[in-house]
Amino acid sequence: MSKRTIIPFGPQHPVLPEPVHLDLVIEDEKVVEAIPSIGFIHRGLEKLVEKKEYTEMVYVIERICGICSFGHGWGCVGAIEGAMGIEVPQRADYLRTIWHELSRVHSHLLWLGLLADGFGFESLFNHCWRVREAVLDIFEETTGGRVIFSVCTVGGVRKDIDNATLRAISQKLEEIKKETQKLTGVFINDTSVKNRLCGVGYLSKEDATELCTVGPMARASGIVQDIRLTGNGVYDEIGFEPCVETAGDCWARCKVRIDEIYASINMIQTAIDKIPDTEIAVPVKGNFSGEFALRMEQPRGEAFYYAKGFDEPTKFMERMRVRTPTNMNIPAMVKTLQGCDLADVPMNILTIDPCISCTER
Amino acid sequence: MSEEKKYLIQNFEPITPDKLLERVRNLKDEGYRFVQLCGINKKDHYQLLYAFDLDHVMLLLRMDITPDEEVESITKEYWPAFIYENEVHDLFGIKFLHNALDYGGNFFTTSEPTPWAIK
Repeated sequence: MSKRTIIPFGPQHPVLPEPVHLDLVIEDEKVVEAIPSIGFIHRGLEKLVEKKEYTEMVYVIERICGICSFGHGWGCVGAIEGAMGIEVPQRADYLRTIWHELSRVHSHLLWLGLLADGFGFESLFNHCWRVREAVLDIFEETTGGRVIFSVCTVGGVRKDIDNATLRAISQKLEEIKKETQKLTGVFINDTSVKNRLCGVGYLSKEDATELCTVGPMARASGIVQDIRLTGNGVYDEIGFEPCVETAGDCWARCKVRIDEIYASINMIQTAIDKIPDTEIAVPVKGNFSGEFALRMEQPRGEAFYYAKGFDEPTKFMERMRVRTPTNMNIPAMVKTLQGCDLADVPMNILTIDPCISCTER
Repeated sequence: MSEEKKYLIQNFEPITPDKLLERVRNLKDEGYRFVQLCGINKKDHYQLLYAFDLDHVMLLLRMDITPDEEVESITKEYWPAFIYENEVHDLFGIKFLHNALDYGGNFFTTSEPTPWAIK
């Protein structure tokens, strides 16, 4: 029997922008077991519910993550609106969907760049992030922020986008699509890239189901699971179809995210064509009461939001719970690491698209 | 309610600690996916909220426990629940029995131990 060695991986490692630690049990360059450790930077943002009024919590919750901040804000206000029975104007729902899908495009482009960086394709990384900058420019033009937007509010959105700007965004997205196509062909077809991704980190549909996997990780293993199918936002009006692959390896996870970039661009353009001219918010008054559990499909997968008021309505909530997608995909990551080569560990970790900032909310 | 608005369905079901494992086993057999577990400090007791999903519809089990009550782990049925049970343990001080991967209070690094616990 070969000698077993434990190699500590992280919390500081070139492929990890944020701290997560793995104890890798190695036998002849093969990983036989991986034990994850998180919790290095737990921020306790949920506990701020004791100090922030329910209308202010959105600005805390959207700071959970610098990539999917808008989706967190939407999830937070969505849960509050659900508990209080607030109906949001249609234009606000369209604008939320547009910003959320733009977030998905920028998140997936960011991830493609990180993946390219991980397998040593530096120029591909640079180009992915160059294209991503154009999406951040749209955020800046429409919200004033590139990372934290603060446009979601209980009852709607705080800023409108005029129709001329929306049409310009639609045209800009056409350019982004063309630029992205030049890059994604490399991820899908290039032999050296496929050598690093195909057949690596295989997760069967059965294992993905057993491990309660979410998001692109689940869809790359053939599970048709996407919270956008639950009817939140305007997805049923803009032709949403989940992107699913069946290979279950790193390449399939990459392909799902690439397909989702194009699907998101198409949905945004459809939303821009259909957006109605209504109010963008309804006035919200009074104290908070009730409870509501809501899920959002973030770029990394299903996120869970739960808002609960006290028995006596007050300005404060009793509990604001957020469960982010990376939490749910860590068990699957551990599974894909078992039996893989030590050299493939970075690809396995990267293809769950881990966000420790989200996990350590 | 239309088929398209599944997110509006709020299925909260009360459960007692002695019935938890049996109910969770049934949910597993029915094909439910585990979504999350969280704790709520109710000042004089704790509440645990277990969320499951089947065909994009959520079911939430609500369980009240006394401050010093120990809870059976559901990791035998849903292994990924180890993350949440360790989290609830470290933040609320609630102990889970037979957790498949128990970090012994070292899952989260917090400046004060069990910050959400009943004081």
